[in-house]
Amino acid sequence: MSAKQAMVVPPAHQADLVMIALAGQPNMGKSTLFNLLTGLNQHVGNWPGKTVERRQGHFTMDGQDYNLVDLPGTYSLTANSPEEVIAREFILREAPDVVVAVVSAANLERSLYLVSELVGLPVRLVVALNMIDVAASEGVTVEPQVLEAALGVPVVPITATKAQGIYELLAVVRKTLDGQLQQVPRLPEIRADHREALDQVLKLVREFVPAPYPPEWIALKLLEGDVEVTRTMQAALPAVTWQAVNAILVQHDDAMLAVASGRYEWIGRMVRAAVARPRLGQIGLTERLDRVAAHPVWGLLVLAGILGLVFWLTFTVGAPLQAWLDAVIVSGLAGWVSTILVNAPAWLSGLIVDGVIGGVGSVLTFLPILVIFFAAFGLLEDVGYMARAAYVMDNLMHLMGLHGKSFLPLFLGFGCNVPSIMGTRVIDSWPARLLTILIAPLVPCTARMAVVAFLAPAFFGDKALWLTWGLVLLSLATLVALGTVLNRVLFKGQRSAFIMEMPLYHIPNWRTVGLLVWQRAISFIKKAGTTILFISVVIWVLSALPGGEIETSYLAQFGKFFEPIGRLMGFDWRLTVALLTTFPAKENAIATLGVLYGGATESGLAAALTASFSTATALSFLVVTMLFVPCAATVAVIKQETGSWRWTLLNVGMFLALSIGAGILVYNGALWLGI
Amino acid sequence: MPSKSISSLSLAEIHVGESAFVLSFSNGHGIAGRLTSLGFTPGAEVQMTQNFGSGPLIVTVRGTRVALGRGEAAKICVERRLE
Repeated sequence: MSAKQAMVVPPAHQADLVMIALAGQPNMGKSTLFNLLTGLNQHVGNWPGKTVERRQGHFTMDGQDYNLVDLPGTYSLTANSPEEVIAREFILREAPDVVVAVVSAANLERSLYLVSELVGLPVRLVVALNMIDVAASEGVTVEPQVLEAALGVPVVPITATKAQGIYELLAVVRKTLDGQLQQVPRLPEIRADHREALDQVLKLVREFVPAPYPPEWIALKLLEGDVEVTRTMQAALPAVTWQAVNAILVQHDDAMLAVASGRYEWIGRMVRAAVARPRLGQIGLTERLDRVAAHPVWGLLVLAGILGLVFWLTFTVGAPLQAWLDAVIVSGLAGWVSTILVNAPAWLSGLIVDGVIGGVGSVLTFLPILVIFFAAFGLLEDVGYMARAAYVMDNLMHLMGLHGKSFLPLFLGFGCNVPSIMGTRVIDSWPARLLTILIAPLVPCTARMAVVAFLAPAFFGDKALWLTWGLVLLSLATLVALGTVLNRVLFKGQRSAFIMEMPLYHIPNWRTVGLLVWQRAISFIKKAGTTILFISVVIWVLSALPGGEIETSYLAQFGKFFEPIGRLMGFDWRLTVALLTTFPAKENAIATLGVLYGGATESGLAAALTASFSTATALSFLVVTMLFVPCAATVAVIKQETGSWRWTLLNVGMFLALSIGAGILVYNGALWLGI
Repeated sequence: MPSKSISSLSLAEIHVGESAFVLSFSNGHGIAGRLTSLGFTPGAEVQMTQNFGSGPLIVTVRGTRVALGRGEAAKICVERRLE
């Protein structure tokens, strides 16, 4: 690979520690095994230069420490996606001491496909035969010894969700490391009609293959039409040789299917020997559930029901907790700190109480809501339901040129837009992913809902609930409309391919769900401690300088500068400032209005606002808040995930225009209707 | 590409419960690679699990349930399995 590619995998471990890499296809329980072994001793980051999650950890067994790297879940090792390139580059360049390949007993034929690629790499392999219990519930039994004999590498049966067989697995890993177990893998062969071509290619490239790639592997990947390997070898070979190789490749352009067929023939031999299948026609649990959950009508009702339940849970359990944290912990802490700082300079107490505690504290109170939401989401993901949600939403997503998979990150956005944008990593095509990132901020997050939940009853009393639903629907309708337009304009209406495995349903694993919630919560807290802390302080400074009076502060001057635009939407300078302060964090709108209306308590603030603004202004303010520029953390993560200032700024500009346009329309429409 | 002869048709035309054998596919190279890694290769038996005539469909191939967009399925050329 090129020098740039060589940077992909950095030295990942302390040299003296044994390194084990976990490889496996998605839905094989690889992450469950990783979590089981490492627990909280794990670090989640990114592979350098890539927006692919990198998980690494360590564990101790019998007094010895091991490094464990969780390779991205991939179906194969051909360069169809960045994940696949990362997984194989890691194995070839970092040379882990052992690769543990996780396969599912319930899905052996498909899951051995990755193993059929791994046996061709120069690495010691141990196969963890997972999901013995799921296989049993589907009536499938696998004989590990038979599989081991057929594969020529050790096979250990485990049930990661119940922590069964783990010690045995590690014992076999240990023996493999100590050289006590022979590795004589049987390799798959390319279908007979292409064997000669493979030999010719190998003969031509052999002496030019750069380290650390095995020439046999390179020859096979060339025949498979692997984009990365082709590029590498085109650069490495003399022009004449490349032409000779290319002539063979052109003549055998269907070789990819021959290679894949050869692998499945190899797999077929393994599976026939080791697997006892039930008679056909038996209906498994998954099929029975899918008759409802994946039905085009019932499936949508099930999804609506589940979403309703999640929101109900989030707001009936989470919202009171949030209010309690805000009233007792944040206000209590603020009061306590003010008494301590009573003799300190006013600016210091203001900075800490209003800036830091008021800003960061109020954001952190959303943690319970997010935890409940993430737990529900993680649970649905872990039982296998999320693939069904994606499937039934596929038709609707097609309107925007997207497909079902984009629904998952968008749904996550109801909790918080930040994980939602990171979640777009599940989408395999870049245009579809970019489009999803661009429209994702239109999913109303809990912070925006908090603003609406506070302001709507203040202005609209009994009708607040209807108004809230209306605002959510408006956001989602805007999302669909914007997605459709952007797809036409930016991507010429192209549609990406929808190919997705529907995993078997299984009992959720609490450890997996728990760790997912933990990691998301931690990353939210980190965000609160860095980005939000910084911006809260900046906003406080702008509101305190130059004279200490907010009415004459820089912030007010800023608001007054933008007031002409605000007036088009029915805003005075206070509302304009409140809107601008939603940029650091959406829920700041309430806090800012509180400050601007004389530090009134929440109930007092509601009354003060009702007295100050017409219904048309209130309506316009709520609509603009829903559609305004995403919060700073979201913008930062958009930059991180797109790697482009252009798309990030386009996104900000787009929402600025959209929200102001909508505000003008709503305000004048409401006036015209006499509301 | 979709040929209308009886022996060869597109995967999207297979009814629920019927099985078919993959003959070839005309999806682009990257998509073809993803299809093969999920088990679609010439000769592989595919069983239609869900197909309502519009929208995405679900097939079972090599023991795995795979959801496919109708457009993707239309580009997979199959031969109906004769009972």
